Amino acid sequence: MAHLFQAWNNELFLVIFLILGILLPVGALWVLGPMLRPARPNDAKRTTYESGVQPFGDAHVRYHARYYLFALLFVVFDVETLFLYPWAASFHQLGRFAFVEMIIFLFLLVIGLVYAWRKKVLEWNE
Amino acid sequence: MGNWQTQPLTLPSVLAMVLGAVIVLVLALGVVTYTIYVQRKLLGWMQLRIGPNRVGPLGLFQTIADIIKLLIKEDVVPASADRPLFLLAPVLAFVPSFLVLAVVPFSAHHVFTANLSIGVLFYLAVSAITIHGVMLAGWASNNKYALIGGMRSAAQMLSYEIPLGLSLVGVVLMAGSLNLNDIVLAQQHSGWWNVIPQILGFLVFLVASTAELNRTPFDLPEAESELVAGYHVEYSGFRFAFFMLTEYVYLFAMAGLCATLFLGGWSGPWLPGWLWFAIKVVLFIFFQFWLQATLPRMRVDQLMTFSWKVLLPVSLVNLVLTGFIKAFW
Repeated sequence: MAHLFQAWNNELFLVIFLILGILLPVGALWVLGPMLRPARPNDAKRTTYESGVQPFGDAHVRYHARYYLFALLFVVFDVETLFLYPWAASFHQLGRFAFVEMIIFLFLLVIGLVYAWRKKVLEWNE
Repeated sequence: MGNWQTQPLTLPSVLAMVLGAVIVLVLALGVVTYTIYVQRKLLGWMQLRIGPNRVGPLGLFQTIADIIKLLIKEDVVPASADRPLFLLAPVLAFVPSFLVLAVVPFSAHHVFTANLSIGVLFYLAVSAITIHGVMLAGWASNNKYALIGGMRSAAQMLSYEIPLGLSLVGVVLMAGSLNLNDIVLAQQHSGWWNVIPQILGFLVFLVASTAELNRTPFDLPEAESELVAGYHVEYSGFRFAFFMLTEYVYLFAMAGLCATLFLGGWSGPWLPGWLWFAIKVVLFIFFQFWLQATLPRMRVDQLMTFSWKVLLPVSLVNLVLTGFIKAFW
């Protein structure tokens, strides 16, 4: 029972951190800030900054597809890393068989990396 | 208040937790304030300048004056910006940076630390949320520099998250636990700080963490000379301050993580634990500023290919080597 309490104490501590972490910016930006800072907006101040020239068009445009490719690669390897954590944490109980299994798992992923490399996905300037 | 973690939940123990969290917050803000001062002083000395020396003795109150200045500056929201997202972004970026401090063990008695069994995972998962804040800031500003900065930042942080995470798997393998405190204890027990047996992992971690922190030579998201300031171009006053605060709180947290995982955390001879921890944190932060004064900025293409073609294979090799030695020795 004491163990259970200990587990919940830790989670509660994290919640307190979360609340405090939200209170600080909210307090500084929405409570304290308006009391201290001036608020005299005009059109010139509220234009978008573009190194001094009149901004043209919108910034909400389409951007390059290579970001998408890197995001896709990220998902593959991040999930891989997630699988590796529990494996590593319980490795001393699993023994050599788990090691061989993980080598096979990594080998499959390395094939994926090599494929992406050969397909020039990893090049930024293509 | 020493062992609130093992006590049943009562009002005093909850108050102790709140007090502990407030102390960590004040500590983090103090560390950030003087990290910025030390950074400016160090960069000054390394470039044969004096650095800040006007406000207070030796310029010690310079950062405090800067904070007050930012607090009383007008807060401009551009007309074309996406207002709700624009206001949300700095909060979304800051909150996780403070939340990760909850699991970093400052001293042996972890008074101010949650003794979380998934500490390493918690740190990585929560710190990744900041990317959303940065991307939202870039998108909501409706500014071309900000958008490019935000997109670059996301691409960079995603790419370096992989080697960072993989380099930590080696450490987890050594300790057999994801609990940060257990990892320190395992290092104390084996007599080696992980930096020796995990030297490959440490090098990968050092590079990847520099990139995660957006520090030189990986400060492309903010590249002043081409993007003006990157994702926070349109932010002014205290909203801008929160992005800066986020960055420096992460510097502190990452230094704490590095000290804990690779440099033995609070363990060390003679001196008390918190002092050892502080020394290691200061070393890491000093190293970052030293890099900043020494290296030029990388190119975007070099940056991306370096993560995927060098760091990722090296961290995989380190992982397999560590597993092999653990399995067959």
